[in-house]
Order: sequence, then structure tokens, then C-alpha cells
Amino acid sequence: MNQFILADCTTESGALSQLHDGAVVKAGGIDLLDRMKEGLESPTKLVNIRNISSLRGIHETAQGLNIGALTTLAEIEEDPAVKAHYAILSDACGHAATPQIRNMATVGGNLLQQNRCWYFRSDDFACLKKGKDMCFAFDGLNQYHAIFDNTTCPSVAPSSAAVALLGLNASVELASAKGKRTVAIKDFYVHPDVNPMTRTVIAPDELLTSVIIPKPASGTRSAYQKYGEKRSYDWATADAGVVLEMDGNICRKAAIVMGAASPVVMRSPKAEAMLAGKPITEETARAAGKAAMEGAQPLSMNGYKVQLFPVAIYRTILLAAGQMGRDPSAVG
Amino acid sequence: MSDRKSPSEDAAEQSSSPQNSNNVATGISRRGFLKGAGITAAGTALLEGVQVFSREAVAATHSDVKELGPGAVPVTLLVNGKEHTIQIEPRTTLADALRVHMGLTGTKVICDRGSCSGCTVLLDKTPVNSCMTLAMDARGHHVTTIEGLPQNGEMHPLQAAFVKHDAMQCGFCTPGMVMSCAALLEKNPKPTEDDVRHATAGNLCRCGTYPRIFAATLEAAGTSTRNA
Repeated sequence: MNQFILADCTTESGALSQLHDGAVVKAGGIDLLDRMKEGLESPTKLVNIRNISSLRGIHETAQGLNIGALTTLAEIEEDPAVKAHYAILSDACGHAATPQIRNMATVGGNLLQQNRCWYFRSDDFACLKKGKDMCFAFDGLNQYHAIFDNTTCPSVAPSSAAVALLGLNASVELASAKGKRTVAIKDFYVHPDVNPMTRTVIAPDELLTSVIIPKPASGTRSAYQKYGEKRSYDWATADAGVVLEMDGNICRKAAIVMGAASPVVMRSPKAEAMLAGKPITEETARAAGKAAMEGAQPLSMNGYKVQLFPVAIYRTILLAAGQMGRDPSAVG
Repeated sequence: MSDRKSPSEDAAEQSSSPQNSNNVATGISRRGFLKGAGITAAGTALLEGVQVFSREAVAATHSDVKELGPGAVPVTLLVNGKEHTIQIEPRTTLADALRVHMGLTGTKVICDRGSCSGCTVLLDKTPVNSCMTLAMDARGHHVTTIEGLPQNGEMHPLQAAFVKHDAMQCGFCTPGMVMSCAALLEKNPKPTEDDVRHATAGNLCRCGTYPRIFAATLEAAGTSTRNA
């Protein structure tokens, strides 16, 4: 890891005053230090926001929930209000990485992680996502790569919190010296076709200060399940997030979110259409899972994901609807 | 790591300050020898580096910002109830500060990426990966390492249970395992086996000693349903 200046900040305005000339924000530091240890990045200044207490904490408001960017995944997992009304978020945060990492990693940092691809994540491969001219995944080992939107860079979106937050129609608040703006999670990430090197719309002088989640409509039920090869410290091969707005057993509206399917976390309008206005049953849940795979373009080694996602989605719909317990074959 | 440690090396691991660790090593220990050899080879370069970069914490343009580094700066950390003042660069991880700068080598670094949790220490009462934590971020917190668990020369009950159940093979993951389980017992004195599994979900044991680790932790908590 390279040497750097650590600018210790105690206030948001102090931190914003530092965001120029390539300075990089450090919160929990998990993904940033990982990238720096690997030699992918060598910033000369880290802006340490870890001790800005105003950026930490979960607040219930009349509009919903406001989660400070520095709130750790463990704090979100254990929060009673999140558990009671935002099960999808509690489950997603509670099954990321390891207990130790969840104690350090912040929700802001989790949303701002770089994508997962072992070629991009290795200093040995000068790839498209690093600004060079080729992607190694297409002809290489691509079993963990994207099955949607994968023609430019098939790396996968890493954040399980983003799966939940996309399903919950959440937004992030971005602050800069010029003021604040709010960006919906659905508009926050940049597709590799637009620019493989840019991950989000956040500008270098902006700070992600909080996550805003609207209050769910009455009758909303949600669930998240993670599928993968190992129960701990592993990235999902398939993440399924489901939010159902229910009227009795009729689903008014559904959000079906897939993680580890694409470079930008995605909803499946086709799957959602299979549920809207219908009762949640084994049949409709299965149909939704199947519809979610329309348009999938697996690479040479990740065809299994096209089998896995429909099952993950079907079982998570039934879990959200209270018709099935947690899937024992899920890893979280 | 199959060779046993010399008594002086054990003593060095348990000592809590760099001064002590130098004094204790009256014989030649492997670690002490390696430290000395390293200094003759690289000492000059290191010292020059410190002179070039070293500066005290300076106020940046904004009053709520204090810039540290990039060279070594003095930092005081509270580890196992004792204050240690060391000179470190901001890039120094807590694991390196403990092991290299304080001589507290009980904390093991295995993957150095937060994947194995071998380096687990407690920040206040929370288990964290010391390899992915900057030492600077431990300022103002109580750090507890494996050396901080024994009280009055007596092993922590959890350590005693690990010994009784032979809950280690190569032993390299053991300090991290013990710290994860100690944090669990602090938070939840009567855990179930599922709780122990959850608490150690990030701790990898290549030798596969998990069942004995679970048994030892449950016994230390007095919730064991099995006999040793």
C-alpha cells in the first residue's frame, strides 16, 4: 500500500473542503484498502470521514427512514425498525461478507464498492475497466460474471445492500461544497456501456451522506436471499430481493431485484409483471422467476446462473409472501 | 509453524511494550534474531525515510481537518488497558502497529485482506479485522488483543476451554477464533451452538477444528450439552 496523507475530519464541511486534487474518501475503508493493497489505486490523500458522528445512525422520519452513510452493516442488520419494516435490507446487510467486516463496513462504502471481477481486481490484468483496451473475462474464467448487460464489461455489481435499496425505491443524498442533491439508487450506477471506468454518478467533490428510504405502502412484505458457494465471506452467485405490495393475497405491485446478475444492480420488469394484480402462488412465483431470465446472455461458464436465478427468485417471492421459510440451500 | 516457540519468544509475545520485548529476550530467539538482522540490512534506509517524511500533525486549511503523514507521526493507542505511543505512517494497519510496532505478535496476519479473520481484535467490544483497519482509526478506542484476555496471569476461561478441548491444530487461526468467541460471550453470555457458528462465520480454520472450537466456547459459557 502506498504512502498517503490522512486528512482526519470531524465535520461534513471539513471533509468537503478536502475533496479535490484526487483525494479519496475513506469511511470503513474495507474495499478501498483492499484495492490499495492490490495496487489498483494509489491515492496520495485519504479523507477520513470515519469520525464524523453526524453521518452515523438510523432515523425514522414521517417519510420513512434516513440512514447515515457511516452506519455499519451490522448496525443496520440489528436495528429493530429495519428488521420490522424493511426485512429485505436487514437480511441483505446481515449476510454480506463476515461479522468482522460488517462491524467495519459502512452502508455508504458498501454502495460505492467497485464491481467484482477477478481480472479487474487483480493488478496483473490491464483490462477495459482500468481504461485499457480489452476484457479478459470473455475468453477467460467467467463463471461468476454477469448474464445481463454483459457485452462491454461483464463484472458484477457487488452490493447486496443495493439489491435491497433498489427494491425499496431508496435514494442517496450527495453533498458537495455547492450544495446537496438526491439521486435514486436506480439512477446512481453508471452502465459500463456508457463508461466502463465509471461506477457511479458521484462526482469527485461529492460525499455520500445518507440513504433515504421511503415508507413502504401498507401491506408491503419483503425478503432477500443470497445464493453462493460458501456460507461466509463469499460473493453471491445470485442475490434475490423481493418487495411485494399486498392486498390480502393479491399483489398490487412487486419489485424483483437481482444482484450478481449484471454490472449494475437491476430490477426485472418482466418478472414484476407476472405478479402485478395476481395472487402470490407457487405458479405465479415460478412464472416470475422464469420471466426474469428473458434476455439473459450467459457467457461460456456462467450458464448455471440462468438456472439458479429463477429458483432464487421463486423461493424469495414465497418467503416474502410468508408462504415458505428461508431456503436451507441459500447461503444467507 | 510446526516448530515450537522458545520460552523467550513466548515471553516476548506476552510482553506489552517494545521496550519489554527487547529486555526479555536475554537469549537469542528466532524472532529477536530476525528483528536484529532486518535492522542492519534496512535500518539506514528506514531512518532516512522517516526524516524525509516525518512531520507532526499539522492543521489543514479547514479548522475541522487535521492532516497526518504521509511520514511517521506519533500516535497513542490504548491496547489491553495500556497506552502505547508509537511512530507510524497513516498507512500502517492496526495489525502491523500491534505486531511490528508494539511487539504484540499474538495477533496473526494470514490473508491480509479481511477474508480469514485470523487478525481479529476487539475495537472497544466489537470484533474487527485488524488487517483492514488503519491503526489511526483505533485512536480513542480500547483495543483488546489475545494478550489482553488473561487476568492476573490466569488464562481467560475461554482460553482454558480451548486448551481442554484441544481446539487447535496448527494454531494459526486460534487467536482470531478466541477473540471472535470472547466478543460473543461478552455480548451473549449464554450462546447456542448456532450463535457460536454465526460469530465465527468469518474465521477460517484450514485444519477444520471447528467442532472443538464450538464445544470449547459452549463449555466456557456453561451452555455445553456435550462433555469434553
